[in-house]
Amino acid sequence: MNNEWPLYEVFIRGKHGLSHRHVGSVHATDSQHAIQNARDVYTRRNEGVSIWVIPSMQIVASCPSDKDALFEPSEDKIYRHPSFFQIPDDVEAM
Amino acid sequence: MYAQMIKSEETYEDPKKLMAFQARIDDGDRIEPKDWMPKGYRKTLIRQIGQHAHSEIVGQLPEGNWITRAPSLERKAILLAKVQDEAGHGLYLYCAAETLGVSRDELTEMLLNGQMKYSSIFSYPALTWADMGVIGWLIDGAAILNQVPLQRTSYGPYARAMVRICKEESFHQRQGFDIMIKMVNGTAEQKHMAQDALNRLWYPSLMMFGPPDAESVHSEQSMRWKIKINSNDELRQKFVNQTVPQAEYLGLSIPDINLNWNERKQSYDFSQPDWSEFFDVLEGNGPASVDRIEARQAAWEDGAWVREARIAHAEKKNMAILAAE
Repeated sequence: MNNEWPLYEVFIRGKHGLSHRHVGSVHATDSQHAIQNARDVYTRRNEGVSIWVIPSMQIVASCPSDKDALFEPSEDKIYRHPSFFQIPDDVEAM
Repeated sequence: MYAQMIKSEETYEDPKKLMAFQARIDDGDRIEPKDWMPKGYRKTLIRQIGQHAHSEIVGQLPEGNWITRAPSLERKAILLAKVQDEAGHGLYLYCAAETLGVSRDELTEMLLNGQMKYSSIFSYPALTWADMGVIGWLIDGAAILNQVPLQRTSYGPYARAMVRICKEESFHQRQGFDIMIKMVNGTAEQKHMAQDALNRLWYPSLMMFGPPDAESVHSEQSMRWKIKINSNDELRQKFVNQTVPQAEYLGLSIPDINLNWNERKQSYDFSQPDWSEFFDVLEGNGPASVDRIEARQAAWEDGAWVREARIAHAEKKNMAILAAE
């Protein structure tokens, strides 16, 4: 029982022009097979107009312990948010 | 429920890490696959999600048996779609379990050798077409009650699988109730079949929620970890309260002489199922337990050549690509 089909991650674009979104994974022997399986498992109710699959092994992910180093620097740059700036009431919509 | 009697693993780890982990859960944070988690949390979740997945897969068998005998082409198409959904639910859940570091094959192996369980309800046979009605109405109805709160469970991949499942589950319950409506409005014989199916499956349905809280030894830790959200008795009561009026609508009687509306607690009083039967079924001694595992074993063995052939084909194609380069 150790000759398992590799794992693929599945991304689906819904009908509303959004980007492809991760929905889960499937086992398959090649990319075409992964698309077929993803169709059966994740789009039984017309959930999508396009499917991406990628071998899970190929995904490079950031490490949870690197969270601070990666994301903290953006926290003190509050001027990146428009609410940082006071716009005089006399100035209308901006 | 689909996951019954899940043994919570104790965990002996750095108390500081454990406290920080618990604080994340208390804050409503979701735990993701690469996050640190206590070993006990991981092991308990593998067992719970695995049992849930196995229940979806084994749960296809009693209904699958009726696909060729459905009374009309429409019913057949609907039942086929329903059973296919159950396969899908099993796959969502296996994927969620795999993110915890267990492989699909290991999970299958543990189901087949009895190390992992599936819900007690699927160890009962589906004897007549009316059982298809009761399975959708009561068993999927009970599953919804359990699964809706699990959408908020602390483990991200499990919660997301639950969201997908819940979206699809309501079709299952309604198609069952629709079968019941048809049966009770049919001939006397059909109505009798409907009542008979309810009689046989009522107590097994109540067992789905697991033993009474007083005897439910593993609940406390699981509730702290938010991998169990409601207590067994709480959900069972909710199930009875919602089902009795539906049975009345159908003109069927719940096979319980102690069933009574209790004005004070604004709930129904009802009889407990025979819990010794429940424990016996969970040990693999249900009326259809042997059949179920034999069917899964046969599916595994009969599918072996397909699994191998696909791998061989993919390898051959890869070789051809390499040769061309």
